[in-house]
Amino acid sequence: MSAPAPEQIEISDPVVTSDVPWVTIVWNDPVNLMSYVTFIFEKLLGHPRPKAHALMLDVHHKGRATVSSGPREKMEADVAKLQGAGLWATMARDS
Amino acid sequence: MGHDGPRQLTVRPFRRRLGRYTATFEAAEASLIADLVDQVRQLLAVRRTESPSDPLVEITGMTLGPSTPPADPAMARLLPDFHAEDSELSAGLRVLHEPEVIAAKDAAAVALLDSLPRGGGQVRLDDVTATAWVSALNDVRLALGVRLEITEDDTAPPGTDDPDTAQAAMYSTYRWLSAVQDSLVSVLLD
Repeated sequence: MSAPAPEQIEISDPVVTSDVPWVTIVWNDPVNLMSYVTFIFEKLLGHPRPKAHALMLDVHHKGRATVSSGPREKMEADVAKLQGAGLWATMARDS
Repeated sequence: MGHDGPRQLTVRPFRRRLGRYTATFEAAEASLIADLVDQVRQLLAVRRTESPSDPLVEITGMTLGPSTPPADPAMARLLPDFHAEDSELSAGLRVLHEPEVIAAKDAAAVALLDSLPRGGGQVRLDDVTATAWVSALNDVRLALGVRLEITEDDTAPPGTDDPDTAQAAMYSTYRWLSAVQDSLVSVLLD
C-alpha cells in the first residue's frame, strides 16, 4: 500500500480561496521574557532585530501586536510555529 | 506541576565560546531541569492520547488532534486556541495543527534532555540545540506560571511570602529558570 506524503495533501476549504488577507497576533502574557519574545520574532518570523524588538515592545505595552500577515495557510503555519515556541499567538481575518 | 527543588540555586550565566554556548550546572540543578522538562513531556504525552484514533486517518500519514482545548489549565496555556473569538474555526484548526505544535515542543524537550549531563557539569550547545533549550525552558516556565497563578509581570504570586511553603520553593525554581533562560537568550541575541 502506498500513501502520499502529507505535504502533498491539500485541504480544500472555500475560505482559503478568498483573497482577504489574514494576520497573526501575539498577545502579552506575564511569563514570556522580553528578550525571548524578541529572539523568537527574529528566529521564527525572520524579522530584522529592530522590527523584532519594536513588535515585542508593542506586545508588552499595548497588550498585543500584529506580527505577520498573508494568506490563511501561511498564518496557520506562523501561529503553529509561535505556539510551538510558547508564545500566545492567534490568527484573525484582517479588518 | 510540583517540585520542591534545591533551596540554593545559583545562576552561572551562559557564555559564548568558540561558536558554542556553555554553562555549568550542579548535579541537583541538572536533575531539577531534567525532571521539570520530563514532566512537561508527560503532560504532552497525555494530551496526545486525547487525539481521536482513526486507523484509516493514520494510514494516510496525517495525525489529527482533538477539537477541544485541554482541560488542564497548564496544557491549555501551552496549546491555546488558534482564533481569539471564533471557537468553531479554532476547533477545526486545532484538529489540523495541534499535533505539530506538540511535536515541536516535544522535539525541543528531547534536544534539551539529550544535551544535559545528568550528573551535572558543563553544557555545550550549538545554535540549534540552544534554540531548543530556550523553548523547552520556556514551556516549563509557562506551566509553572499557571500553577503559581502568575498574572502580572514581576509581581510575586499568592502564597509565596512564607519561604517554607511549596509555593515559595516553586516560585524560586521559576525565577531561577527565568534567569537561566534569559542568560542563554542574551548570548543568542549577541
